[in-house]
Amino acid sequence: MARFIIRRLLQMVGVVFVLSLLLFFWLRSLPGGTVSAILGERATPETRAALTKALGLDEPIWVQYWKFLTRALRGEFGVSTGVLPGTDAMTIFLDRLPATIELSFLALLIAVVLAIPLGYVSARRANSPLDSGLVVVSLVGVAVPVFFLAFLLKYQLSVEHNWFPVSGRQDNIGCTRVTNFFVLDGLLTREFDCSASALKHLVLPSVALATIPFAVIYRITRASVLDVLGEDYVRTAESKGLNARVIRGRHVLRNALLPVVTTIGLQTGGLLAGAVLTEQVFNFGGIGNALAVAFQRRDYPVLEVLILAAAAIYVIINLLVDIAYAVIDPRVRTR
Amino acid sequence: MTRKRTAPLVLLTAAALSMTACAQSERDSDGGTGASGATNVKDTFTFGAAGAPDVFDPLYATDGETFRITRQIHSGLLGIKPGTADIQPELAESWTPSEDGLSWTFKLRQGVKFSDGEPFNGQAVCDNMQRMFEQKGAGQTAAEYWGYFFGSFSDDPSGSLYKSCEAPDENTAVIDVTRTTSSFPTILSLDSFSMQSPKALKDGDANNVQAQGEGFTYPAYSKAPVGIGPYKLSKYDEANKTVTLVANENYYGEQPKTKTLVFKIIPDESTRRQELQAGSIDGYDLPNPVDWKGLEDAGNKVEVRPAFNILYLGLNPERNPKLKDLKVRQAIAYALNRDQMVKTQLPEGAKVASQFMPDTVSGYNTQLQPYAYDPEKAKSLLAEAGAEGLTLKFAFPTEVSRPYMPDPQKIHAAFTKDLEAVGIKVEQVSKPWNGGYLDDVSANGAYDMWLLGWTGDYNAADNFLGTFFSNLKSNDFHTSVMPWGKTLSEDLKKADAIVDEGERDAAYQDINKRIAEEYLPGIPVSHSPPALVTSDKVQGLVASPLTAETFDTVTVGK
Amino acid sequence: MSPTNPMNRRKDRIDDLAATSGGTATLVREAGTVDEKPGVSLIASAWKRLRRNPVFLIGAGITLLFVVLALVSRVIAPHDPAVGYLIDQVRPQSNPVPGPQPGFPLGADDAGRDLLSRLIVGSQQTLIVGVFATLFGLAGGMVLGILAGAFGGWVDALVMRIVDVLLSIPSLLLAFSIAALAARPSQLTVIIAVAAVQVPIFARLLRGSMLAQRHSDHVLAARALGVTERAVVFRHMLPNALGPVIVQSTLVLATSIIDAAALSFLGLGNPNDRQPEWGQMLGKAQTYIYDYPHLAVYPALCIIVVALGFTLMGESLREALDPKSRR
Repeated sequence: MARFIIRRLLQMVGVVFVLSLLLFFWLRSLPGGTVSAILGERATPETRAALTKALGLDEPIWVQYWKFLTRALRGEFGVSTGVLPGTDAMTIFLDRLPATIELSFLALLIAVVLAIPLGYVSARRANSPLDSGLVVVSLVGVAVPVFFLAFLLKYQLSVEHNWFPVSGRQDNIGCTRVTNFFVLDGLLTREFDCSASALKHLVLPSVALATIPFAVIYRITRASVLDVLGEDYVRTAESKGLNARVIRGRHVLRNALLPVVTTIGLQTGGLLAGAVLTEQVFNFGGIGNALAVAFQRRDYPVLEVLILAAAAIYVIINLLVDIAYAVIDPRVRTR
Repeated sequence: MTRKRTAPLVLLTAAALSMTACAQSERDSDGGTGASGATNVKDTFTFGAAGAPDVFDPLYATDGETFRITRQIHSGLLGIKPGTADIQPELAESWTPSEDGLSWTFKLRQGVKFSDGEPFNGQAVCDNMQRMFEQKGAGQTAAEYWGYFFGSFSDDPSGSLYKSCEAPDENTAVIDVTRTTSSFPTILSLDSFSMQSPKALKDGDANNVQAQGEGFTYPAYSKAPVGIGPYKLSKYDEANKTVTLVANENYYGEQPKTKTLVFKIIPDESTRRQELQAGSIDGYDLPNPVDWKGLEDAGNKVEVRPAFNILYLGLNPERNPKLKDLKVRQAIAYALNRDQMVKTQLPEGAKVASQFMPDTVSGYNTQLQPYAYDPEKAKSLLAEAGAEGLTLKFAFPTEVSRPYMPDPQKIHAAFTKDLEAVGIKVEQVSKPWNGGYLDDVSANGAYDMWLLGWTGDYNAADNFLGTFFSNLKSNDFHTSVMPWGKTLSEDLKKADAIVDEGERDAAYQDINKRIAEEYLPGIPVSHSPPALVTSDKVQGLVASPLTAETFDTVTVGK
Repeated sequence: MSPTNPMNRRKDRIDDLAATSGGTATLVREAGTVDEKPGVSLIASAWKRLRRNPVFLIGAGITLLFVVLALVSRVIAPHDPAVGYLIDQVRPQSNPVPGPQPGFPLGADDAGRDLLSRLIVGSQQTLIVGVFATLFGLAGGMVLGILAGAFGGWVDALVMRIVDVLLSIPSLLLAFSIAALAARPSQLTVIIAVAAVQVPIFARLLRGSMLAQRHSDHVLAARALGVTERAVVFRHMLPNALGPVIVQSTLVLATSIIDAAALSFLGLGNPNDRQPEWGQMLGKAQTYIYDYPHLAVYPALCIIVVALGFTLMGESLREALDPKSRR
């Protein structure tokens, strides 16, 4: 197990390195860029040349990459030019990460808490009206573009009825920042209204973000439980007259959960992508939001760090999923 | 493993959720952040900003969203008369030029203090001017406005407009310049050249801008600015994307009507509108023209500012030699149904442009009429020039909306249709604004024809015409390949150096006439009024054509 | 959405024939033994059940309708979708979007173009985006997946690392970056961006099923009989590995259309709107979503219905082709 984890971690370093290389050359081969983003209409050939030189963008790209690499090894990932000028890109990532984690966590929580029981019930009552209804809901859930759903939610519940805030992470009520997890911070500093405000801001974005993971997890749970219900050992257990609760817990759920865990893991990675859209619609100050701004203002250092760090997180999540998989399914361990 | 870790978080979430109700009720009884003396007005004005501020030291600022905030906490020697584009005294009560126009004496307002309590005097003015002039290394690049308007810095004084500064006494500062220009001292009203506390600049190591990697790092001072303004910076909450300003008790003028000013950063336009509808912000800038009616119907106030901008079609005769023929350029002007475009795409109050500057700028030629929409004439001009079957590479930017062009793609589509109607073939090109469009227009000269515009910085013809055509060597219109390019450039420089206002205006009127009738280096398209929207509870906001509002006169009813 | 997982499980099962029940083994045996007409009995039995499955029928019906509409759209559209017939009624403030009127049952868009015609003709570009994004994704995934699955060993390791790199970028971000990489955003760049996201998914999927085939009895048998490696890959392994890929393709058609809309929403879609496309129409309607929601709702509904059609079809195909549910 330890060797497996170490090997995977080494692979991750490799993947991130290759990705950094790709990204660096890719971004710099794009037309336009930081200089025109900063100068705008006011650019003259002279100011353009001066800024290009000052930013070191006139050097050969290999030299630029080498400098980037040596700086990165020292822990300097480059300074933002657009999102938060003058701030280290990694600092921006770490400051924004809690927002995305809060959002993704709540979205995943909503999805899992709803999807697994519903999937199980659906499977047990396969082809009942309840089952068919839920299947249709889950299918429609995947077919609706996330940003459109997010907009509908926002329009109905925030603008028309004012039940939830329209956008942002918190009202401006002078909250103390500790970890940048706003909900947690409020609890830590006993500013409970801050936690409450943050939670209210979280509701709509996380519901919007939860739809696709919900639909997917629900369907996998349903399919998986159906699969297991048809297995010989379950039928054997039933014919042996085992207690229904034992069958459900030890035989059905445990075996059916395997693919569900994998799916949850994969969906966690997918949440990062969904967060880009959801954070945009709700102006929620997380990674996705920073990414969009970084892209618009061609803030390459921030783009690089955000994408690389997101990739690293994704790989780590996959690793965790595999470990969880190994824990649940002994057969995997032998690989 | 994961389950163990999640359990406490679930509990926390549940606990916090259950607290929502009681915490909320507490806040309701409180009714806002602290109590103020007046009962019928709120003590906070919340404005929806489209972007985050870059820095709070205006010398290093370049974008409108940053200036919107620094404007509230800083002032310059010269100010802008509210609601106009004209200059008025601010920290300087008066200014007089020497006979030759090269030495300007500024009489300063007395009893003015910076927000840290330091006195403002002649020496402070000179300290500020020298500080800006003596920028080094990365600071020179970061101080983009100084480089743009004053030419160069102390290590290369030959190109500089600024020469020196002296403070003969407490209330006087004398600034010497190297040449006469209509821009000086007007440019001292620009936000970038605001006066900042010399002591705070020194303590905060304000000039310590360093290039690191591909960006600049800014000194501590740029996050803790000390200036002279109705407000001072209280907090920039980066995590929650809000900037909070509070009243500056050391301000020499009247204290602001609303004590706290909050800028909530909301990049998405439709979200700003929803926030306003929901009452969580009190106003925002540049509402989309299509929203104006809906906003007004919902009880908001849409303040339409006078247009202080120009949208034009640039032409590049160097890339496409057929464009060297005046008849071809005129044919394009006749072919475009600019009137229809303005009526169907731009807000009410927008006008078809006859020249490269709006009518509020002195030097505007009222005699000129825009080229009429006349496709037949366009066709016959093209035939005369032997340019039937002309193909134009016509570009527009994506990922951008500017006050002078709300939706570039739609404008481009309308003009493409017009051009095709007179037999001109159009090769449609687009690039992202920051993704190569601007480079292609000005550095690469990659298009025959393109959409671009300009919003004025201050009221001077040179800020429009000079920007476009003065630099003969490299300007977007490539006038250097035209026989009149040099004349135009020289005449513009001459006009700018005329000290007498009447004479100068006459010179510019003449140039405008020649540009429209004899040169036509591009097609001026339109002037479009930008708007600002506030809720109906907001009073006292004076909209500025330069989009340079100060919010100290604003009150927000409950 | 989780291609690796069922595949891995299937692989585990096939590796370990004795431990699992008969269903999977039947698939392999059947598919393997009928080399001359691969998978006939599987497809035939699947079709038999699909014909009676209302979910499939609805999905297939929607899909068919959509494809037919796309093919004949130019003929049945009442107006030219690129011409602004009602442009002179457009006033940004008082009347930005001309309403329904004789000849224009849904009114016009903000450039005075007939909305109904644009919706009808929009089906064409939407189909093109969906189909080509899927085909490009499939082609890319097939190359990588076959390489990895067919040869195993270091080729497999290398290819899968490339796939890992691609998979390690959140999907929309990948599409986002590629769409942005294009010097000139166009319909093609949207297609490529959306397709790129699918490449690693298809690659893993194919590799999974190819690996499963590698160790199956019929492939081992073919090898033992001295069949060349190429023939083993293309005649014995690939046809049997395609089932899940076809299912995935149907589902990808739906996501492609939605992803293309997301790119438009983020401002990275095709900037040229002479040829209407639903995702683009939806993305551009953002400006009007507040006062003229119908501009957004119509294309959104079209997308939802079509995506639903593809999904219904894909899901029921998946179910039908799954040998376990054949009992």
